[in-house]
Amino acid sequence: MHRDLQLRFLRTMLRIRRVEERCIAFAETGEIRAHYHLYIGQEAAGTGASAALAPDDYVFTTHRNHGHVIAKGGDPGKVLAEIIGRSGGYLGGRGGTFHVAAPELGIPHTSAIVGGSLPIAAGVAFAVRRRKGQRATLAFFGDGTMEEGVFYETLNLAQLWRLPLVFFMENNSVSAAERAGRGSPTSEHAAKALSDVPRAFGVETATVDGTDVEAVFALVRRLLERVRSGEGPFFVESRTTRWPGNYGAFPKLVGGTTDIAWALDAASAPDGVRAWTMESDPVIAYAAKLLWHGAIDAAALRAIDAEVRGEVDRAARFALESPLPQAEALAGVG
Amino acid sequence: MSVEVRAPAATRTLKFAEALAEAVDEICAEDPRVVLIGARFTGHTPSAHVMEPVTRKHASRIVWPPISELAYCGVAVGAALAGLRPIVEMSTATFSYEAVPQIVNEAAVIAAMSGGRVRAPVVFHMLYGIRGGGGPQHSGSPQAWWWNSPGLQVAMPSSPADVKGLLRWAALRSEGPTVFMDHQRLMELEGPVPTGRHEIPFGQADVKRSGGDVTIVATSIQVSRALEAANRLAREDGIEVEVVDPRTLEPLDRATIFASVRKTGRVVVTDESHENAGVASGLAAIIAEECFDALRAPIRRVAIPPTPVPYAESLERALIPDTERLVAAVRALR
Ligand SMILES: Cc1ncc(C[n+]2csc(CCOP(=O)(O)OP(=O)(O)O)c2C)c(N)n1
Ligand SMILES: [Mg+2]
Repeated sequence: MHRDLQLRFLRTMLRIRRVEERCIAFAETGEIRAHYHLYIGQEAAGTGASAALAPDDYVFTTHRNHGHVIAKGGDPGKVLAEIIGRSGGYLGGRGGTFHVAAPELGIPHTSAIVGGSLPIAAGVAFAVRRRKGQRATLAFFGDGTMEEGVFYETLNLAQLWRLPLVFFMENNSVSAAERAGRGSPTSEHAAKALSDVPRAFGVETATVDGTDVEAVFALVRRLLERVRSGEGPFFVESRTTRWPGNYGAFPKLVGGTTDIAWALDAASAPDGVRAWTMESDPVIAYAAKLLWHGAIDAAALRAIDAEVRGEVDRAARFALESPLPQAEALAGVG
Repeated sequence: MSVEVRAPAATRTLKFAEALAEAVDEICAEDPRVVLIGARFTGHTPSAHVMEPVTRKHASRIVWPPISELAYCGVAVGAALAGLRPIVEMSTATFSYEAVPQIVNEAAVIAAMSGGRVRAPVVFHMLYGIRGGGGPQHSGSPQAWWWNSPGLQVAMPSSPADVKGLLRWAALRSEGPTVFMDHQRLMELEGPVPTGRHEIPFGQADVKRSGGDVTIVATSIQVSRALEAANRLAREDGIEVEVVDPRTLEPLDRATIFASVRKTGRVVVTDESHENAGVASGLAAIIAEECFDALRAPIRRVAIPPTPVPYAESLERALIPDTERLVAAVRALR
């Protein structure tokens, strides 16, 4: 893989990580007033999939959207401003953390209702196909969406109408040992393997280790060709392992902020995140891989991290300095 | 905040959430037909933990469903037809939108369609309202939808005593389906709760404060806001406000409301749902139809302006039907 692309992957994943860590700080200071959801641990999936998309392809996401918007090219300042409800946010602070979207980046609307975005994504794909366009639509959603009836209705319809739609399902509570596997029934899903389900509808599927950014990128690039050529939808299951800070509705920085030096020695991560850092952290794993292959050295890695941290510091300042929206912002939208 | 209740002999002071948890505990203990589908009655509020001992004690009575609102609400209806008394805990009220076909088009019509031979005693419990940072999809107030669906009972308690009394009655005595709506921000409210098996049959309004000049008909959290407004108006303007709490919209205790209106001749109706065809509108129409001759000023509504509830704190604040707006509405009547 080309080194420029590799460095782009690393930077994007780090950018997401640092923005998400900043959210926890914002929650501690009360800037985020209610519960919220972070993308830590899934950075490789959003980054790899988005890198395979053309800039004008459509993306749909969920309550766990921050990383998807950044991966599609979202400005961290506008993302953070939206997350804390400021006028400088992508939606002027009207949507907030659950609803970050960026119409100018092909992310027109973000639903925080489980399954809420999926049929809308199919509708966008429907419109593209009717107009004989080439734009693809990729819908990120969680394994929880497969508990809702709307998933099955949308899958059926998308296949019947051969819509140019990628169902990108993020199964984010797989154990490290099981990531390469296909799954087993849980208390939420009777299906043995979730990726078997779409096949009953004739939809082609693939599973991928969602902590491997290059694998996700390669897969999505390949399947997009099929989708664009009119062969109908494709279903991906990206398998990741839950970051220890992500349990419950209020994330916690259990091991402090990520120290990029863990890429040199993952075992030096603190107790609360050591096992996860060693086995399941997509950012640290990728930095370690680039070090190992000699694509970068330790000094270059530190420099990239410092650059990204500086960028996210500026973004956070932009967000905090951005004024609260005024009541006039409500006019004309009833 | 604290709500005054004319208390019978023995009471204790409980938080709303504690009274709710106590009711659930007693209901499970007293009627083996009760089954809980979900049990997070106290949501993500600061008092969420008060449910923990109850859910531990009655673990065998609880099923935790997948994210399948439409199906599990229908399952509750079916279970009621077959002799159980299910309580569905849906968490955020907007999740019930996924289940509208089963609540409105099935549960609500069963008794009428069978001439009363078949009954579906289900309780659908949900947390509604502007909770702070919920954004457009987690701040919903669907009470008017339920009230607009004949066949459903709608309970909207305003105090610890009322939540306990009404929930016990709905779960243990009612023969029809009930939508039970608790405001997210009421959970911390303290007030006296009678000891023992306190029950309040549906259809009994409660005069929460007596006064001869103006009637405020207030539901749920609006009762606290109306009482605050009444105290201010008494102090600052010498206006004595009577606060009437219907407690249930369906059945509605018209007599108590009309008696107050006939005494004062001036009315504000308030509910934290949207203005357009909302609960306040419905109450205003009933009062206008029956008490027009007694009115000395047009009825005023204090509700949420007709716009989706935004995330940013500044915008959210502009929409809340708060004490300030109630005071202004009462003053405008003079
Ligand atoms: C219709 C609906 N029901 C319930 C919820 C509450 N809720 C928010 S996130 C979530 C879990 C979603 O799980 P999953 O789809 O796997 O996404 P993850 O959070 O794991 O990324 C639930 C139940 C909701 N937002 N919408
Ligand atoms: Mg999940």
